[in-house]
Amino acid sequence: MRDTTTRPLVEVRNLKMYFPIYSGVMRKHTGDVKAVDDISFDIYEGETLGLVGESGCGKSTVGRALLRLYEPTAGRITIAGDDVASLSPEALRRKRPTMQMVFQDPQASLNPRMTVADIIGEPLDEHSGLSKAEKLARIYELMDAVGLNRTFANRYPHAFSGGQRQRIGIARALALNPKFIVCDEPIAALDVSIQAQVVNLLEDLQDKLGLTYLFISHDLSMVRHIADRVAVMYLGQIAEISPVDALYARPLHPYAEALLSAVPEPDPGRDGARQRIILKGDVPSPANPPKGCNFCTRCPKVIPVCHEVEPRLQEAAPGRMVACHLIHPIDATRAGETGRTGAQEHSQQQGV
Amino acid sequence: MTETSASPAALKPPRSQWRDVWDQFRTHKGAMLGLIVLVSLVLFVTIGPFFRDAPELTIAQQIKLRNKPPSFEFPFGTDQLGRDMLVRMMEGGKVSISVGLVAMLISITLGSTVGVLAGYFKRLDGPLMRMTDLFLALPLLPLLLVMVMLFREKLSGALGPEAGTFLLIVSAIGVTSWMQAARIVRGEVLALKEREFVLAARSIGTPPRRVILRHVLPNVMSPIMVAATLGIASAIITESALSFLGLGFPPDFPTWGRLLYDGVEQMQLFPARVIWPGLAISLTVLSVNYIGDGLRDALDPRIRGR
Repeated sequence: MRDTTTRPLVEVRNLKMYFPIYSGVMRKHTGDVKAVDDISFDIYEGETLGLVGESGCGKSTVGRALLRLYEPTAGRITIAGDDVASLSPEALRRKRPTMQMVFQDPQASLNPRMTVADIIGEPLDEHSGLSKAEKLARIYELMDAVGLNRTFANRYPHAFSGGQRQRIGIARALALNPKFIVCDEPIAALDVSIQAQVVNLLEDLQDKLGLTYLFISHDLSMVRHIADRVAVMYLGQIAEISPVDALYARPLHPYAEALLSAVPEPDPGRDGARQRIILKGDVPSPANPPKGCNFCTRCPKVIPVCHEVEPRLQEAAPGRMVACHLIHPIDATRAGETGRTGAQEHSQQQGV
Repeated sequence: MTETSASPAALKPPRSQWRDVWDQFRTHKGAMLGLIVLVSLVLFVTIGPFFRDAPELTIAQQIKLRNKPPSFEFPFGTDQLGRDMLVRMMEGGKVSISVGLVAMLISITLGSTVGVLAGYFKRLDGPLMRMTDLFLALPLLPLLLVMVMLFREKLSGALGPEAGTFLLIVSAIGVTSWMQAARIVRGEVLALKEREFVLAARSIGTPPRRVILRHVLPNVMSPIMVAATLGIASAIITESALSFLGLGFPPDFPTWGRLLYDGVEQMQLFPARVIWPGLAISLTVLSVNYIGDGLRDALDPRIRGR
């Protein structure tokens, strides 16, 4: 695990991203889809924060709002000292090189009418005054870094496999020496053998270039492999942020517990011991989230207070933040004793 | 795929994209044929008049030369006023082809500009598309007539009768025929705007102007190309309709459309007078269509490799 005592590179405070709903003849503003509802977290320099959750919980929206590809409704996003959420367009444009993104669908994220050299060179065209020869040298350097043959420079994206396309996307993201890269499900569209290659490439690049990742995924095993800390999202809110080993060993939030119980066990002998927690019902609509805790409609351990009061994200154990009424914060009680016993109860129930 | 070593000899600097486009274009037989036909038509109307000039004729000579059949002296025959049809075809073609091309350029430029702006900028979408609807709802022929009535005298006075009428007609046709292109382009842009590569360009910090030029426009080329080739045909036809109504070029000023309409009256007796201008218009339209087809294929890298 990397040193997390360093300064946070990315600080997100009370980020809200609402998409307005207009209805009726007059297109009146009748409500909001609360895709991201008041979340706060830090990402430390050089670490990988995994962001997991089921489909539609707002993972990708967080990633895009962080780079201000959406205009956030409220909140502060500080990346390397600047509040990205409130920068002027020109200042934002100058800030772009520090933060880049790797997209989910490598097919859709590359312009089919541009050659690989043009695609990787686009950020250089926009932000660096390199000459033609210098630019080409840099493009070749980047292609080497992501393991693409230099002779591919004149080919078009349709001539590549999914894994190669994703490498092109990664090379483009690296072109401007960013500090922070949002990986928006970079491996979801690839098959398993290629997933490993791409994830290993991302890890190698992190070691070599000191990158910081926000790694959005729904592949829990892959997140366990690459992430240093993991944030579990449910319905636009963060349920738990914990170091990866602690989370996978003993999830504190009931939703994190249920989510992680879905991870397949590779050893068939031990697979029988795994107890799936099957959640009942559907995810409520983000346009009309339930009162109190967002998870109260499906939580197996729901207590009356969950329907009334929204739990806040609080430190439940050193380095672990949980938003649940069952988990007691360490500063409220003595050194998290009750929190720990509560958590032990959970794990006993689960039979871990 | 993970091999990183490349022999330095195999490394060529990126080839110009236009070389690839031309190489692919050459393999498209129809497009090459179309290009040859169009080039020869253009040469016919531009260089032809240098070799063959209409002689000044007295009225007596004119009456003698009326309605001659094709002969060695007059390969296309003469018309009811004793004028050489070949010369009139050349003179008419010059006007018709340039009206077709210029009017098409105006209408495509207007149409794709409106379409791209409406599709890309949400705020402009409403106003621009309502304006498009407004133009679509206008009865075109009466509008053209009013435009010609209002501006013909002024433009003819300022630029001379030929240039004035030309300018008036191409802008009138251009301004009244861009709406279909605008609608098609807007639809394409709306779909394209949500693709991840446009998002990627924004995350790089590419300003909207360059996103449009680099990512959006090249990808809406095919529908624009189709609209353009069809536009040439309809511009030539509209011009002839205007001339027929007496509101285009002056009656003694030949265009292919005008020759066609003049010939219709005596079609039973002298079918050649309809066939030649009709054939010329059809050939122009057909060749432009094939060129457009070949160009569209050549510009698409996914097809280019095959």
